[in-house]
Amino acid sequence: MSTETAPPGAHLPEHPDALWRNPEPKRSYDVVIVGGGGHGLATAHYLAKNHGITDVAVLEKGWLAGGNMARNTTLIRSNYLWDESAFVYEHALKLWEGLEDDLGYPILFSQRGVLNLAHTEQDVRDSVRRVEANKLNGIDAEYLGPDDVAKICPILNVSHDIRYPVLGATYQPRAGIAKHDYVAWGFARSADAAGVDLIQDCEVLDFVTEGSTGDGTARVTGIRTSRGDIACGQVVLCAAGHTSTLLDRLGVRTPLQSHPLQALVSELLEPVHPTIVMSNAVHVYVSQAHKGELVMGAGVDSYNGYGQRGAFHVIERQMAAAVELFPIFARAHLLRSWAGIVDVTPDASPIVGRTPYSNLLVNSGWGTGGFKVTPGLGWCLADTIATGELHPHIAPFALDRFVTGALVDEHGAAGVAH
Amino acid sequence: MQLIGCPWCGPREELEFHYGGQAHVAYPADPQELTDEQWVHYVFFRDNPKGAFAERWVHSAGCRRWFNAVRDTRTYRFLAVYRTDEARPSVREAGA
Ligand SMILES: Cc1cc2nc3c(=O)[nH]c(=O)nc-3n(C[C@H](O)[C@H](O)[C@H](O)COP(=O)(O)OP(=O)(O)OC[C@H]3O[C@@H](n4cnc5c(N)ncnc54)[C@H](O)[C@@H]3O)c2cc1C
Ligand SMILES: [Zn+2]
Repeated sequence: MSTETAPPGAHLPEHPDALWRNPEPKRSYDVVIVGGGGHGLATAHYLAKNHGITDVAVLEKGWLAGGNMARNTTLIRSNYLWDESAFVYEHALKLWEGLEDDLGYPILFSQRGVLNLAHTEQDVRDSVRRVEANKLNGIDAEYLGPDDVAKICPILNVSHDIRYPVLGATYQPRAGIAKHDYVAWGFARSADAAGVDLIQDCEVLDFVTEGSTGDGTARVTGIRTSRGDIACGQVVLCAAGHTSTLLDRLGVRTPLQSHPLQALVSELLEPVHPTIVMSNAVHVYVSQAHKGELVMGAGVDSYNGYGQRGAFHVIERQMAAAVELFPIFARAHLLRSWAGIVDVTPDASPIVGRTPYSNLLVNSGWGTGGFKVTPGLGWCLADTIATGELHPHIAPFALDRFVTGALVDEHGAAGVAH
Repeated sequence: MQLIGCPWCGPREELEFHYGGQAHVAYPADPQELTDEQWVHYVFFRDNPKGAFAERWVHSAGCRRWFNAVRDTRTYRFLAVYRTDEARPSVREAGA
């Protein structure tokens, strides 16, 4: 027996140094970003990098990127149907392709492609239409029959004797996954190094305002937080599932509904699944993480909820669909499941842009699919803050589209699974 | 999975039910008088509180009747169920 007295684990390497400071909040900032998820952090990064704006605070009620950013299934693609969506998601995908260099930080971006399955004649027509729309927008896309689908993903069951046979699929080769925590940390580290204050454990409780929304003079002059009041030049809400609870304080109504969205992972397996497969019709999507877990998700739980957990039967249904599509998953063990709180809109597109308060921008409603837009959205929001002009990629997503009827209805291409 | 107390059938498993969103959203009394903005608020805009929420459910796999419930959106606990012709009962929210 060894006589060594060192405690267990003493031989392991040291933890890395902290990636960002933990500053005390100052009493005033030019720009205050509410919410330290991927969107808030990316906005801070591009404010500093593209525009030299660094008198910025990101206020996070919990720990940095501990909300949906830490819980999502990291699928990245830009094969959306409508121009408005295609432009902003493709802008993001191009940034993903250079993000590791931009941040000087590994993000494990892996462009392994996505198959969006078609199970009915109508699915097939919609898929072909979307592929053609993608091509017109310069987005890589092909329509594949079942045999070609099986060549890309051999473990997929393309036989005819299942309840919803695979009739074909759209394929976007440039789609992929990235390591979500590293993405957040990379943005955080870069923003911090430029002088942005990332303030954790700082919940935004209320706002100090002046003027009136009736005559267009309303402004937010300060933010009431659990760590005191902070004066602000401009404010951006990047609080994902909690946007409407904050806007309620300001008397601003939006058509946002917050829902639990669940995901789960299997035990570690050898590499078996080379791409991403999504099916809106049978409601499951799967990729295999770098380490080997099968990462799966489906649609939102039906009811409103802020609990970061969902109902068991939702998992049961998505597992039934997964096992039908991938018979070899039948004996894989489920390791853990979790949920985030996502904010969804009636047309399945985000609500981004101006509010009745002249210095308050809102960024919300990305629902089940906002991870993939993280760099693109941050880039466009930073540009909007710096120039005072809504960037053309986010302008179509303004709140007033519900009044004008200019809805960007992406249910068809986006479905509920991402 | 939790049990939901249908006012007619009693406690049944959650998966027998479907969700219908916010309750007590009345059809406009005078539809011709509404501005576009008011219509949009009627059609699309709903409350989204963190806490007690009055909402509609239907017992689809049972008696197939609609009813209302007050549910805490933080814990998902049903605080009350009641018929659609009844007023929203006052309920105490646990640990607001
Ligand atoms: C299970 C699951 C799977 C998903 N899969 C995908 C996917 O594969 N691909 C994809 O593109 N998208 C996916 N999404 C969606 C994606 O995660 C979100 O759209 C995106 O993360 C939202 O932006 P965000 O990163 O800023 O949000 P978040 O990371 O949620 O950031 C919001 C932050 O605001 C903070 N906050 C809230 N209220 C306050 C307050 N009052 N004061 C201070 N801070 C506050 C929160 O704590 C949180 O950290 C998924 C989501 C979930 C839950
Ligand atoms: Zn019943």
